[in-house]
Amino acid sequence: MAQVTLRKVVKKYDEVLAVRGIDLDITDKEFIVLVGPSGCGKSTTLRMIAGLEEISDGDIAIGGDVVNDVPPKDRDIAMVFQNYALYPHMNVYENMSFGLKLKRTPRAEIERRVKQAAQILDITDLLDRKPKQLSGGQRQRVAMGRAIVRDPKVFLFDEPLSNLDAKLRVQMRTEIKKVHQKVRTTTVYVTHDQVEAMTLADRVVVMNAGLIEQVGSPNDLYHTPTTKFVAGFIGSPAMNFIPCQLEQAAGALRMRLNDKLSMPVPASRTKRYSSFAGKPNLVLGLRPEHITETRPHTEPDQHDFDMAIDVVEPMGMETLVYFTINAAEICGRVNPNAGAAAGQPMKLRADLSNMHLIDDTTGKVL
Amino acid sequence: MANAAIAAGTARPVKYRSMSRDRRWAMRWSYFFLVLFVIFFLTPPLYMLITSLKSSGEISAAINPWWVYDPTLSNYKELLGQNQYLVFFRNSALVSVCVVIITMLISVTAAFALARMKFWGSATLAMGVFLTYLIPDTLLFIPLFKMFAFVRDTTGIELLNHWWTLIIIYPTLTVPFCTWIMIGYFASIPKELDEAALIDGATWMQALTKIFIPVAIPGIIAATIFAFTVSWAQFLYPLAFTTSTDQLVLPVGIVTTLIKGDVFNWGQIMTGALLGAAPPLIIYAFLMDYYIAGLTAGATKG
Repeated sequence: MAQVTLRKVVKKYDEVLAVRGIDLDITDKEFIVLVGPSGCGKSTTLRMIAGLEEISDGDIAIGGDVVNDVPPKDRDIAMVFQNYALYPHMNVYENMSFGLKLKRTPRAEIERRVKQAAQILDITDLLDRKPKQLSGGQRQRVAMGRAIVRDPKVFLFDEPLSNLDAKLRVQMRTEIKKVHQKVRTTTVYVTHDQVEAMTLADRVVVMNAGLIEQVGSPNDLYHTPTTKFVAGFIGSPAMNFIPCQLEQAAGALRMRLNDKLSMPVPASRTKRYSSFAGKPNLVLGLRPEHITETRPHTEPDQHDFDMAIDVVEPMGMETLVYFTINAAEICGRVNPNAGAAAGQPMKLRADLSNMHLIDDTTGKVL
Repeated sequence: MANAAIAAGTARPVKYRSMSRDRRWAMRWSYFFLVLFVIFFLTPPLYMLITSLKSSGEISAAINPWWVYDPTLSNYKELLGQNQYLVFFRNSALVSVCVVIITMLISVTAAFALARMKFWGSATLAMGVFLTYLIPDTLLFIPLFKMFAFVRDTTGIELLNHWWTLIIIYPTLTVPFCTWIMIGYFASIPKELDEAALIDGATWMQALTKIFIPVAIPGIIAATIFAFTVSWAQFLYPLAFTTSTDQLVLPVGIVTTLIKGDVFNWGQIMTGALLGAAPPLIIYAFLMDYYIAGLTAGATKG
């Protein structure tokens, strides 16, 4: 059993708070991804779990034991670094067996484990090569192999795919997921790439400015973000934020985006939002895929409007259209055959059943 | 439109200087200065070699300093036949080897601690180590004399006039500088490498011996060469601290025994100096191969 628990963990570098008191419970066999912009404290958090950074306050427990003052070597963890950190003077076999040798594991056992890990990662042919004779993807596999052979309580990954080119990154992403499905070790994975976070994680932890913004499954974060930061961070292209006012007119609640354009609040949300009518600093959050071309069949809560398109970006499977409401640049995803053209007006449809209303003062999703 | 622009371009061709011509000129200048340097630095050893092959008669006749008319190995035979010279050589070798070993033991561990194990005051200490090196050794031997006198008065151990005293003194020159250059070299090694070792279950000492030192070999060799050269060529301290003939090291020994009053035994002085230059040369030649090997390649991306 290897659950990892963080309680009010704080990291201070001379008066600068890198991590400002976070609580997190990672259950056994879970794949957790810490994601956030650079400087949000995600790598520091990982390094504190590894024991490479001392914690300034709070408690970290691995498998139920508080490890605040336990050195890395006694925490029974394995870590994969962004730049791989393979030992350059050892071949792949020696790299992978180094940790086991230090623990005085019998030779036959070392050989069995290395062979097994090599098989999982498909690097059996590379065992007697030196790191400099390997490609980036191969080095990455060896770094993972070095972690797997130790059979640790927890795997820690620190942006392991950032140094790979785009194609290899996607490939290794799948590879990491496969490995986790095979070995089922509790994993904490740090990345700044929200796609990596979404695709790999059982649960994603979104961090910002040293605090946890939200913890949840990838779908939860995508569909029900609790803060504006999470709403804007998860998803690509990012969620549109349109300043709006909520007005009560003839018993119905409407969002006024500008002088000409207002949209009705879906009936199911009227009760939730009615108390915010007339309040300042409200923002409508709507993902690009919920702004489409008009279609013959209309669902409830869909609202059609006309808009002049500024920029058109064909992506093949879809076309991104950009236009401006209330000085905010808005992105929509339309069918490539919908006839979008820059400078031309277009009939668009907003699917308001997926809308979010955000209080910009507190940054909370209402 | 693009075609038109290209057509206009070909109509009035721009003169570019060819890359290979630029390179050729760069090479010519490099060779010019390199040859100048080689002449400048190799003339003295050549002069030594020529003089060492002359008889004292031919040297004092001073016919042509750049040519040997009657080559002889008598200087070599006489010098190597004297027990004295071999004692100087042995003293020098023992002192240098011991100093290199002591220096490396202290410097590698100190540099590793200062470069890697962030502790309170580590940056100040690293600076202090370098400042120690900036004090000229000419200022140090009087305080050292005082210290040796104090040691004799309190313990009865006489440190003056023993060749092995130099093993205690030289590290004051070599340790600060070697530590300093190795802090710099160690800092260039990705810190993930020893972090990976620590996570793999190594203690700090194991991370140092099994991962760090093998990777840092080029830097350690550079420091070794420095330490050896400094202790082999040191003149001032042995001149000040040793006097008996059997306690002298090579540089001082040659000067004090082969110059008698105003009689300079030039042939043997040159021979002795030339033979004395051989060990550093051999060590350079041997270690350079390792030095160039560049062991860090492939550790990390990049």
